[in-house]
Amino acid sequence: MEPQARILKVLKQVTGKDINPDPDESLFVSGLLDSFALTDFVTGLEEEFGVTIPDSDLSARKFDTIGKVQTYLACKV
Amino acid sequence: MAYLRGFGSWLPQRRVSNDEIASLVNATPEWILEVSGIQERRYASDSDTVAGIGLLAAEDCLEKAGITSADLGMILVASGSSERFCPGPACEIASGLGLSATPALDIPVSSAGSLIGLILAAELASKFGRVLVVGTEIMSRRIALNPDDKNSAILFGDGAGAALIDAESGFARITDSCLFTDGASSETIFVRDGQFRMDGQAVIMQASRKIPRAINELLSRNQVAASDVEAFLLHQANLNLIKRVVQSVKAPLERFFTNIENYGNTSSASLLIAADEWHRGHAAISGPLVFSAFGSGLNWGALLAVPS
Repeated sequence: MEPQARILKVLKQVTGKDINPDPDESLFVSGLLDSFALTDFVTGLEEEFGVTIPDSDLSARKFDTIGKVQTYLACKV
Repeated sequence: MAYLRGFGSWLPQRRVSNDEIASLVNATPEWILEVSGIQERRYASDSDTVAGIGLLAAEDCLEKAGITSADLGMILVASGSSERFCPGPACEIASGLGLSATPALDIPVSSAGSLIGLILAAELASKFGRVLVVGTEIMSRRIALNPDDKNSAILFGDGAGAALIDAESGFARITDSCLFTDGASSETIFVRDGQFRMDGQAVIMQASRKIPRAINELLSRNQVAASDVEAFLLHQANLNLIKRVVQSVKAPLERFFTNIENYGNTSSASLLIAADEWHRGHAAISGPLVFSAFGSGLNWGALLAVPS
């Protein structure tokens, strides 16, 4: 499975919605993520990609869009 | 050895409802309740001081514990909202208790300060004997009730709590604790020029991970199952955050005592106000207690106590 599809899989699990946001769509502005959901999203990404995301990286800016998440994870894996 | 011997608290009489605040911050009472779980908070009167209300909580604690101030070996006072930064309220509270040579130290850490006090008191009790820990805050003077500061304005209330740590006896024995500081995020919560500032979104994200991690680490290394904990006493920051911690720790919701609905977030006082209110209905315990808090610094941690 491609990274983008795996990120989307985690996002669907966290939101409980069958969604397919545009890679540049803000997940916060669209209401898919809030501060609480972001921590679940990050935890899900850690499990899905086998990476550790430090607390210092917990920023809405870094996880605001599927594209930003993909860029971030590319540096991690 | 160190024991939890008693708690005390003091809360202002003035109740401030969501209805009263909503119009000032351009929000609805329903929204305030939804995002915080708070129905009302208490505000101090103009004549109250941080040290003054802390003294009232201290006196309540000593009375409930059945000791006098002369029996104290040390006083630790947590506050992030004191009128005077240095010296802070500790020396005034000691003086108010009639003490002129008992060491009284300040812990200027909002929200997490009383947890730090409890952890330090547990370590210092063997040298100083009975250590009184006070958390006292008048946060209503540090926030701006306007739409620009809406996320902080709706949360905070005033009050004071106290705990007595005793080297020899008490209803629960403190067995372990963990304490952490991450200064890289110090701008997330701070007081500057008398004004409290908080990046609420960042705080929620950080606290949602750090509090459960601290609790789980403490329980794991002491081989205590979360389901066996009699009560989790947390800093009353936000009801939604507490519910998030419940999910992460995987313990029954009813084990997490909350009173944020009635008092709002009273910063470093909240942990001890909650402990006092909980203890009134639980004079004796049959299982472990877990205390945890998160606040400016960032500082966070947890403390474990078991029945004596």
